Amino acid sequence: MSRKPYIRSVSTTSWWLVQPRYIRYMAREVSCVLIGAYSAVVIIGLLRLSEGAPAWNAFLECLQKPTSVAFHLLALAFALYHTTTWFNVTPKAMPIQLGETQLPGGIIIGAHYAGWLVVSVVILFLVGV
Amino acid sequence: MARSHKPIVWSLFAAGGTFAAFITPVMIFVTGLAVAFGLMPIEALAYERVLAVVQNPIGKAIVFLIVFLPVWHAAHRLRITAHDFGIRADTLVAILCYGLAAVATFATVYALFSV
Repeated sequence: MSRKPYIRSVSTTSWWLVQPRYIRYMAREVSCVLIGAYSAVVIIGLLRLSEGAPAWNAFLECLQKPTSVAFHLLALAFALYHTTTWFNVTPKAMPIQLGETQLPGGIIIGAHYAGWLVVSVVILFLVGV
Repeated sequence: MARSHKPIVWSLFAAGGTFAAFITPVMIFVTGLAVAFGLMPIEALAYERVLAVVQNPIGKAIVFLIVFLPVWHAAHRLRITAHDFGIRADTLVAILCYGLAAVATFATVYALFSV
């Protein structure tokens, strides 16, 4: 008696649409596209800066356009998602052992959030927001 | 044992991911949103002011890291994510991703040294 082997059909392109946690995983991974695109904007800005004041001012004006603001809002959402997902795995990525005991994960994660707050406030202060 | 370039890419991914986690949200807000939402005067991003930061050697180094590290992080993650989207041509994907990151790095260095 022979049976047909059971082959689960899994789509290689849309497998991640079937479960919310897969979608969250993909959202985390896709954050790299927005971070990369934002980096491209920064590089364009640096190139404009090197071309002189008129080019820089035109770039600044471009940044105020609704499409630019929409892009930056989307990029910010994904960047924040990257930050939280990155911090939340730090106890697994770099566990800290103190003698016989492990430092609780909550402390490692909390320290990252505290550091993030300090870094962000310092940058905002330096820029003059 | 066969030599692998994995440690280099992986350390750039980890360093870049950490850097992006700490810096990128506030940078996006400062350069892309704060002025548009009236939370910061546009003078904060005035030509002379930004130029002074980028012409300073320490400022140059910081700006370089702000671009370089997240770019390589993004390139590596994009390569891995391409596989998740069903793209199996890893060599081509790797060349494209790391190639783009290399172009971005050279463009950044060029811009930083021509200001």
